[in-house]
Amino acid sequence: MASAFIRACVAAWRCQLASLLALAVTAVGTLVVLALLLLPVGVGFRLLPPAARLLRAASDRARGRAARWTDVRISPPEPLPAGPARAVLGDEGFWRDLGWAWLEPVVGGLLVAVPLVFIEYGVFGALVQPFVWRLLGDTNWYAFVLVHSTPTMLAALALGLAFTAAGVCAAPAVLRLHSRWGRWLLSAPRSTELARRVDRLDRTRTQAMDTQAAELRRIERDLHDGAQARLVALGMTLERAVRLLDSDPPTARELLLDVRRTSAQALEDLRGLVRGIHPPVLADRGLGDAVRALALDCFLDVHIEARLPGRLPSPVESAAYFAVSEMLANAVKHSGAREVHIALEYEGALLRITVTDNGRGGADVSRGTGLTGVRRRLDTFDGTLALHSPPGGPTTVTMEIPCALSSPKTSSC
Amino acid sequence: MRVVLAEDLFLLRDGLIRTLEEHGCEVVAAVDNGPALLRALLDEEPDVAVVDVRLPPTFTDEGLQAALEARRKRPGLPVLVLSQYVEQLYANELLATGDGAVGYLLKDRVTDTAQFVDAVRRVAAGGTVMDPQVIARLLSRGEARGTVGSLTARERDVLELMAEGRSNAAVAATLHFSESAVAKHTASIFAKLGIAPSADDNRRVLAVLAYLKR
Repeated sequence: MASAFIRACVAAWRCQLASLLALAVTAVGTLVVLALLLLPVGVGFRLLPPAARLLRAASDRARGRAARWTDVRISPPEPLPAGPARAVLGDEGFWRDLGWAWLEPVVGGLLVAVPLVFIEYGVFGALVQPFVWRLLGDTNWYAFVLVHSTPTMLAALALGLAFTAAGVCAAPAVLRLHSRWGRWLLSAPRSTELARRVDRLDRTRTQAMDTQAAELRRIERDLHDGAQARLVALGMTLERAVRLLDSDPPTARELLLDVRRTSAQALEDLRGLVRGIHPPVLADRGLGDAVRALALDCFLDVHIEARLPGRLPSPVESAAYFAVSEMLANAVKHSGAREVHIALEYEGALLRITVTDNGRGGADVSRGTGLTGVRRRLDTFDGTLALHSPPGGPTTVTMEIPCALSSPKTSSC
Repeated sequence: MRVVLAEDLFLLRDGLIRTLEEHGCEVVAAVDNGPALLRALLDEEPDVAVVDVRLPPTFTDEGLQAALEARRKRPGLPVLVLSQYVEQLYANELLATGDGAVGYLLKDRVTDTAQFVDAVRRVAAGGTVMDPQVIARLLSRGEARGTVGSLTARERDVLELMAEGRSNAAVAATLHFSESAVAKHTASIFAKLGIAPSADDNRRVLAVLAYLKR
């Protein structure tokens, strides 16, 4: 309750800032228009590129604020062309910025002024009316209340408080609306967004195919060197045992016992291989229990909080499982931690995995291949990995994968 | 001894029936899926059930779920679970009730028929049988955590076999000790780990497993 009130107050303060910034944007917009007007006389050509850059800086800041204040992500346009004014004039993002610079003060500025007007008028009613009504005679109106007596003064006081409260309460919603308005004006054009998406898909698809091919090669090699080789040995030993069965039964018996041992080893190889491809518990029970099984094999104290409403798509489960496995291995090898907390949550079509250890910190994605590999694997699902590991710890890795549930809860996930 | 058997692969089911019957067990029901297994367990009231973890129709842990469900309805119903893989998580779930009469073995162990039938009998008699792989993983985790560090190598061998559910006599035979030497080692292990000694074999196994799971 208290934190919601503080958040609303912060939002109201941000509305105030946004209204002032809207005025600053007008100044930049005017500068750009001036440069455009001066194009026919030549000076404009020299003035336009820096003015356009200034405008882009302002719009970039507005995008940043929308993300920070209200979590509204505005996709940035392509960077401004570095060349002469002609290149700037041909840039779609520049014209969008300019449109925003002229509309923002009128629409955006007015929008964020609404809660401010309520708050300021409310504060005036609550703080000033009780003291001035005696001096002002019979024509002193506060909103729709004619303030000329103690009861009407109290009514004005209450009304003022109500206005203030309404303004503060409305501030977060208005701020969000303002960000969305900014997104409508400032987003990169659809074609740019699609081109980016295609680029990304192209890159992650290549990565996924490379990873898969490497994985298949590894499996092939493991089978070739492991189970396959043992089965060949088994066949040869059996062959010798058959030959010796009549002439030397004790040796034949030894050989057969050897066959039993080799077959057990071949099975063990296959088990290890299958575990690396798709762990049985993951197939049986899903991500929650598979991570619990991982924790049981880990010698650190692992605490798990799994809040998954059902099974996730199998490829996502698999990627998430191997990611957690990698994080645990890192914690064991590098962090010197004694405890690890793992939280699995699914909310709003997003799987979020948080792995925190109480180790010495200082982990870095760019060093070592483990984290890079996990990030690449998550990339295929449009997933993200964020690492927070200050020296001295603790280390927190947050992974997010957008996905739909594949089935409602059937067993204890 | 009346046995209910659940295994979906025909060849293995057939082999298991033959092995069990050769050793004087009566297979009263041999089923190949989870729902049929649960029905057989509740209707036939067998002396012991031998169950494959992965069964149709879902080909997940259907067999284990049916066994756990049957044990919820008939506490103490002896169940020996077989699997291509051993998972600590599943072992814990089987041990959770704390009253024994459970076994959890890798499928490969059936190739040693004498030991396998012995395990079936021990479970039927209310004992606990854990696969050496489960115990080896528990012990190596215990070593890394420093919970079994004070034991000598010999004592660790005894602990390993004890945790698998072997009796003193069986431990003695495997390690080529006398039974009194095993008893001495056992007493020393319990003192070092701070586990209350128990004359009852099954209580003793469960206490050791509980200690190793910490």
